[in-house]
Amino acid sequence: MNILSLFIILIIAFIGYFVGRSRANSIRNLSGKRLTSISHYYGYYVAIWSLVPAAIVFLLILIFNDYFVTNYVLSGYEDLENSSRDLIMAQIENTRNGIQLANSLDSNIIAAVKKLNYIESQYRISGFIVVLSISAYLFVHASIKISPSLDSRKIVERVFLILFFSCSLIAILTTVGIVISLLFETLKFFNSVPILDFLFGLNWSPQRAFVSDVSELVPEDIAGAFGALPLFAGTFLIAFVAMCIAIPVGLLSAIYMAEYASSNIRNIAKPLIEILAGIPTVVYGFFAALTVAPFVRNSGMSLGLEVSSESALAAGFVMGIMIIPFVSSLSDDVLNSVPRNLREGSYAMGSTKSETIIRVLLPAALPGIIGSFLLAISRAIGETMIVVMAAGLAAKLTANPLDAATTITTQIVVILIGDQEFDSPKTQAAFALGLTLFIVTLLLNYIALRVVKKYSERYE
Amino acid sequence: MNETKIITNNVNVYYGEKQALHNVSMNMQANEVTALIGPSGCGKSTFIRCLNRMNDVIDTCKVEGTITIDGYDIYSKETSVEKLRERVGMVFQKPNPFPKSIYENVAYGPKIHGIANNKNELDEIVENSLKQAAIFDEVKDRLHEPGTALSGGQQQRLCIARAISVNPDIILMDEPCSALDPIATARIEELMEELKKDYTIVIVTHSMQQAARVSTKTGFFHMGNLVEVDKTEVIFSNPSNKKTQDYITGRFG
Ligand SMILES: Nc1ncnc2c1ncn2[C@@H]1O[C@H](COP(=O)(O)OP(=O)(O)OP(=O)(O)O)[C@@H](O)[C@H]1O
Ligand SMILES: [Mg+2]
Repeated sequence: MNILSLFIILIIAFIGYFVGRSRANSIRNLSGKRLTSISHYYGYYVAIWSLVPAAIVFLLILIFNDYFVTNYVLSGYEDLENSSRDLIMAQIENTRNGIQLANSLDSNIIAAVKKLNYIESQYRISGFIVVLSISAYLFVHASIKISPSLDSRKIVERVFLILFFSCSLIAILTTVGIVISLLFETLKFFNSVPILDFLFGLNWSPQRAFVSDVSELVPEDIAGAFGALPLFAGTFLIAFVAMCIAIPVGLLSAIYMAEYASSNIRNIAKPLIEILAGIPTVVYGFFAALTVAPFVRNSGMSLGLEVSSESALAAGFVMGIMIIPFVSSLSDDVLNSVPRNLREGSYAMGSTKSETIIRVLLPAALPGIIGSFLLAISRAIGETMIVVMAAGLAAKLTANPLDAATTITTQIVVILIGDQEFDSPKTQAAFALGLTLFIVTLLLNYIALRVVKKYSERYE
Repeated sequence: MNETKIITNNVNVYYGEKQALHNVSMNMQANEVTALIGPSGCGKSTFIRCLNRMNDVIDTCKVEGTITIDGYDIYSKETSVEKLRERVGMVFQKPNPFPKSIYENVAYGPKIHGIANNKNELDEIVENSLKQAAIFDEVKDRLHEPGTALSGGQQQRLCIARAISVNPDIILMDEPCSALDPIATARIEELMEELKKDYTIVIVTHSMQQAARVSTKTGFFHMGNLVEVDKTEVIFSNPSNKKTQDYITGRFG
């Protein structure tokens, strides 16, 4: 099995296109009758038959290759457990590649290497032959089947339908898969930590549950170490600070762009503002940590305030800058989609520009604007890098933006950095946090979409 | 003949490079309906929008010449556009109630211009405007429901109520019936008959029957020129210009 066969069937399909098309043309010229479809659909028809089934078989062989090879090579080891089978297989492959020499004297292994080499070349050759013959057979078959009554246009249409459908299916299945695995690990976590302790506990110190000697662990200890409330509080505190920046600045600049700026200024300013969203978050992160946080601290101290060197304010501020474009761009679009005749109606009543904006445009656009706020919030809640770098890691339950704070995403990072055991509660806690975050952002997005939809129905 | 309310003198309008009106000079009398007719694209909307300076909203639009209302130049530097539009109301081709309640739609103008001193006065203005626009009986039980939920004809009468709520001198109507069925149209025409007792009305219309029914005076536009303006009977029975004759007899347009 190799990439060459794929390449060859592509060429067959390519030729198939021309063969199909010219056969269709000649049939039409001979019979003088019009075909059900125009000739290039017959080309597609032959190309699809030569390509698609063979490619599917190619994929299947690729997927199951390993399984059959391993089974064959380890045919003497049936009674072994899965994990040790993997181990031996790895040994065999290492030996073959000359990496592992220590066991090279083991005659069993050497025999297995031979078996491996043999079966792999066998598979490669037979796979090659199978795929190519399928392609060639269907090429001929399809070419022969071309006739004036064959509705190749319809068939091609159906193939496209299947293609588009399977692509969207892939996206959906991936999402479902991710959610299921999140759910699965989260449930395991809730076995050792009760869900209420997780959601409402005030103390977050997962390190405590991660002692070297597992026998020292008391269940109460584990449960008490995973109170995620400080993380939720931190997340919302920072998101709140961010929205305090992003909403006014974003909304007002949207109003400026939609109502006051000439189209020249707008065409320049809008992309410029949107660049803000394209700056990598890690850049924002060090901007927050190196510039804004010390500034906040210094100015706080000159006011006689106690400010920690990493503060929710600094992180929230920078995050607010980052999400300005979400608010401004969407609100600008929403304002622009308010029908022109509403504006004219208001001007014709003798209202000024700002009266028109405040009394007619904003109320009309309000749901859409709120939708943009919600999308921005869900973006803020999911943001990680800035918080890691600028807000600290201390899980403190506080509403004071001058304090250090930490967020859900940050703690997921902290938990998963370094070596991890997969089934410790600490690791599973990351999944629980991830799922919580997912549910919250999903809800926000859902509400935002509903609101925006309701808005767009209003002018019908 | 009533006193002259609006005088336009050699009005030229440009959209960027393109000239849309050429030397339009026309008088409009108080307490009369003046109709503007002409083929599509001839500049009727452009002209009527000069009278309340709605063209100011369009960046590229430039207006030359003089337009006076009651002898006062509305394009002079001292003119406040807001005050002008308070005196010169406008009803558009497509009904455009604000996405607010019926009550708020009508109360909009009085509120921004500070016309009512208290809630009772405002209520009264709203009620009177709705009555004048002949829609009060249909909506009196649902004043706080959205104006956008009314039928097209009702919406247009709501817009008329909104326009008269600030007690203007002049009402401009740009094809106010083009989105309405014959019955709603008839109601609006009746309404105009009522309204002209208190207001000066300028109406753009594509329906010659409508112009003949409602107006005292009619102006015929063609390609940016005011070809002929005269008493409506004269225009429709004995026009002096060949083009006017062709248009009203349906030979082009
Ligand atoms: N905003 C604008 N920008 C550029 N040109 C415009 C604009 N509005 C109108 N015009 C042009 O000015 C001319 C007159 O247009 P206007 O809208 O006054 O015609 P109208 O007589 O009202 O036509 P209709 O009966 O179709 O409403 C047309 O040629 C039109 O293309
Ligand atoms: Mg028009």
